[in-house]
Amino acid sequence: MNRTRTPVAIAIGAALFLLAACGGGGGADPLATDSSRAAGTEDSIVVGSADFTESALIAEIYAGALEAKGVKVKKTLNIGSREAYIPALQDGSIDLIPEYTGVLMQYFDESATATDSDGVYEALKAALPDGLTVLDKSAAEDKDSVTVTQATADKYSLTSIADLKDVAGDLTLGGPPEWKTRPTGVPGLKKLYGVEFGSFRALDAGGPLTVQALKNGQVDAADLFTTDPNIPADDFVVLEDPENLFAAQNVVPLISSSKVTDTVSQTLNAVSAALDTATLTGLLAEVVNDKLDEADVAAEFLTQHDLG
Amino acid sequence: MNDVLSWLTASAHWSGEDGIPQRLLEHLYYSGVALLIAAVIAIPLGLFVGHTGRGRFVVVNAAGAARAVPSLGLLFVSVLVLGPRLTGDTAFVVPCEIVLVVLAIPPILAGAYAGVEEVDPAVRDAAKGMGMRGPEVLARVEIPCALPLIFSGLRSGALQVVATATIAATVGLGGLGRFLIDGLAVRDYSQMAAGAVLVAVLALVVDLGFALIQRYAVSPGLTGRIGTRLGAERNEALAPSVTSADTRESGRA
Amino acid sequence: MTWFLDHVSDVLSLTGKHVYLAGVPLVLGLLIAIPIGWLARRYKVLYPPLIMGTGLLYTIPSLALFILMPLFIGTRILDPVNVVVAMTIYTVALLVRTVADGLGAVPEAVTQSATAMGFKRVRRLFMVELPLAVPVISAGMRVAAVSNVSIVSVAAIIGVPQLGSLFTDGFRRDFTDPIVVGIIACVLLAITFDLVIIAITRLLTPWQQVRRAAR
Repeated sequence: MNRTRTPVAIAIGAALFLLAACGGGGGADPLATDSSRAAGTEDSIVVGSADFTESALIAEIYAGALEAKGVKVKKTLNIGSREAYIPALQDGSIDLIPEYTGVLMQYFDESATATDSDGVYEALKAALPDGLTVLDKSAAEDKDSVTVTQATADKYSLTSIADLKDVAGDLTLGGPPEWKTRPTGVPGLKKLYGVEFGSFRALDAGGPLTVQALKNGQVDAADLFTTDPNIPADDFVVLEDPENLFAAQNVVPLISSSKVTDTVSQTLNAVSAALDTATLTGLLAEVVNDKLDEADVAAEFLTQHDLG
Repeated sequence: MNDVLSWLTASAHWSGEDGIPQRLLEHLYYSGVALLIAAVIAIPLGLFVGHTGRGRFVVVNAAGAARAVPSLGLLFVSVLVLGPRLTGDTAFVVPCEIVLVVLAIPPILAGAYAGVEEVDPAVRDAAKGMGMRGPEVLARVEIPCALPLIFSGLRSGALQVVATATIAATVGLGGLGRFLIDGLAVRDYSQMAAGAVLVAVLALVVDLGFALIQRYAVSPGLTGRIGTRLGAERNEALAPSVTSADTRESGRA
Repeated sequence: MTWFLDHVSDVLSLTGKHVYLAGVPLVLGLLIAIPIGWLARRYKVLYPPLIMGTGLLYTIPSLALFILMPLFIGTRILDPVNVVVAMTIYTVALLVRTVADGLGAVPEAVTQSATAMGFKRVRRLFMVELPLAVPVISAGMRVAAVSNVSIVSVAAIIGVPQLGSLFTDGFRRDFTDPIVVGIIACVLLAITFDLVIIAITRLLTPWQQVRRAAR
């Protein structure tokens, strides 16, 4: 009687192990994002996104539009900063990701000087490495910014970033960790405006940490994204950028050249045409304020514009 | 490897508010405060449970459940709930400390009650025979005998807290986790690896520190420095372990 | 909670992924820890370095290990295998000492009787020493299981989907519902792992049932 117990126990353990290995609950295949599958099949596209809400939202829009046209789509959202997902794009872990023309141009070509929408787009196309392509740019724009509270703006009479030059030494700047080294971040502020903050606090990419820190007074100025619904809600003041440090930032799909087919490019170009800054801001507010899912908000947008 | 060494030896990384010494101090501060609070809560509670045997079921299972709470989730929910109600840095430090305290209590608690429970009944009897009453037995006999396991629990707690205090960086605070998160944001592998190495080294140093204190705090009769067979067995309990206190308490479940 | 009811299938799918990322390393970790623990017990001189070495592995912050793994094993950046390998390392780090102590807790008299009965070393290990070490090893497994469930959630910071994704998603949107659901799911999952391990232990140690009944 005892002799059969051990094999039974081992059998149960093995069965549970296999069950777990097959993904347990919702039939999700944990091996789905494995290297052999993700970029492998010719007609499927892996859509990625950066680790902030708007990026995930636009990625959901792209994914939904493509799926509506019969393209097989897999999503790998919230990967991280540009430094994290560009290598993933280049090694085939993802195929498509929403991007912004200005910062992407500067990522690949630090010496680029274009600041207007079309100039940036052309410079971007020239700077892209082999294997990566951008499709049509959208009118929708979302820029980094240097934002302060109304109180701070009043105290130091601030309307533009240039006004910070003499007072920044006593102030703290908050932003995503990558801002410390990026040309559009701390080094750029110094180079273009001569503004050097007393200290820099690494927070998150325009998320609740940054908003919280600005409200709490942990930081005096912060990098918030211009479409952020918290800006109007909390009476924050976005400082003007006369030197165009933050250039033009049109939303644009960045995609592996090998994945560009007529269907894909037509679908995504149609999406880009339908998006503008006001619409994007409205959609984002639904996700951030009304707590709706990015996928649902994306689906609603696509239906409204007959794209999905 | 070379990149890590060169990152660690670069003088620029040793000065300023981003420097290694500053981050080390912040890390020790977050860990130390959490450990202190956890010890103040867990040791008396554990001693009480071990000495009187009351509430054991509740306490053991609550500690087990607390161990299961994911630190990242607890941190985020605490920040969202408490953040708007606090000002300045405390909006992030308090949630962080809550998480670290919750993490440290289970091992310290286990060490305390297991330590008291494991005291040889003969010794307890002898104490009663000498005329000691309950609280005196606890203070003069049980606690000293339980010290090895209490220290084992403290060391286990310290290890977990030091390793997890890196989490503070995800909510914008300092500490050694800063090197991990900042390195992650720009994919600077040397910075990340250097941060990891620093955390491991700090954990080692803290553990050795506790071992040193333990050496002098625990009675020689227990440590086997007198060299009896019984003492040698107690020696096993002195080595650092994440599981020893738990092994004892769950082995009898 | 309405959010949960609207997202049951998402939560279940994330739970499945979490079970895989936390569970597979438990089994692999045990399989790797047994020979190492046996070595530590068999050759006393190896005990301190092996125990210290594996203890040191446990202090490496999980995020760092997840990120640096592709550099060590050449996988792609977003591959979940990185998480599985890292978690296996943590499990081994926790279990080596437990296995060594478990094997050491087997009474000398029993091993000597086994040898006297004709058991050779390997057979003795699998038929006598390991079964007797099961209670101690299973206690270590329970700690490792709970620890794994919690550590895997950290992988959400690098975009690996599992229950931890609920934390980062909720935090980004200033929305506590997903986070609370995620915490509860993790705790329930840890409890489930715990019960499963207890059940398997009961099956593997029938003599403890007899002891209980005899009392």
